[in-house]
Amino acid sequence: MWTYNKVLEYPVNIKCKDPRLAKFIISQYGGPDGELAASLRYLSQKFGMPDQTSKAILNDIGTEELAHLEMVGSIVHQLTKDATIEEIEAAGLGSYYTDRGVDVYPQSAGGTPFTAAYIACKGDPIANLQEDLAAEQKARATYEKLIDLCRDNPDVLDPLKFLRQREIVHFQRFGEALRKVQDKLQDKNFYMNNCNK
Amino acid sequence: MSVENENRNCNCQNNNMMMNTMNNNNVEDAPVALNNNWMTDNMCDKCDSDNLTREEMLKQIKCLGFAVIELGEYLDTHPDDEKALCLHNKYSKDYKDITDKYQKVYGPLTIFYPCNKWRWLEEPWPWEGGMN
Repeated sequence: MWTYNKVLEYPVNIKCKDPRLAKFIISQYGGPDGELAASLRYLSQKFGMPDQTSKAILNDIGTEELAHLEMVGSIVHQLTKDATIEEIEAAGLGSYYTDRGVDVYPQSAGGTPFTAAYIACKGDPIANLQEDLAAEQKARATYEKLIDLCRDNPDVLDPLKFLRQREIVHFQRFGEALRKVQDKLQDKNFYMNNCNK
Repeated sequence: MSVENENRNCNCQNNNMMMNTMNNNNVEDAPVALNNNWMTDNMCDKCDSDNLTREEMLKQIKCLGFAVIELGEYLDTHPDDEKALCLHNKYSKDYKDITDKYQKVYGPLTIFYPCNKWRWLEEPWPWEGGMN
């Protein structure tokens, strides 16, 4: 189970609204490499893992991703709060406003609603962990693009840089977990001298 | 062996000394919270947590909460790293101490904190900005 903590993992305090940036950043809420996909991917894959390390790391990183989801939602909310209709239209958010107002809806920057097709559970721990490694790299790359786009707004840059850094650390942890799973799956194959291996 | 017994074997009565003497050779692998300067860079300068302002307490809660998450994930793949385990023990305890102090004055941070009246509704939500 989970317990809600009434603090963000890292502060989000955006002083100037800017719906233009919200239109891009929402991709990390419900886009293909966003935090919702990350969390559901790990929290679903944990059930099929063969060792304690990978069960724990998927559970704990999946939990942290929920905290990131709340951070990204907070960024989008604060960037759009109190925006005027003119500002929303100028930001290219007219069609979003038509369907959602200024609610935070899980979708990509291009407007595709979140889909579980963004995640995979392959029934194979090696394939799943490789997917997780790729997911962390794709999320890092997305944050780097967002950092380029938000270059003039330090209040937005600060939490984005924190989130990018977490992708790098999680990639490292998944790499370590993958190595352990590979060792475990290999441990019955002990060869003193195996030239073909 | 119980968790408590394991904690007793952790051999780190003086965590401040640990922090100062810790030498982190592999920065890439290790969590930032294991870095010598991390706590001093991020925590409030005041040693006496009784005199912290609300904002300073919240900052400390966030720093310690992050350190616990980061060290926890690191320990998932490095369960035998004693330095990380010691720091995890210290920061978890500090986190509990300061959140207890904070909640007594400013109201609950989780729904598990008992109150005489329902204070959960009183303070702004973290996504609304401000101190969050």
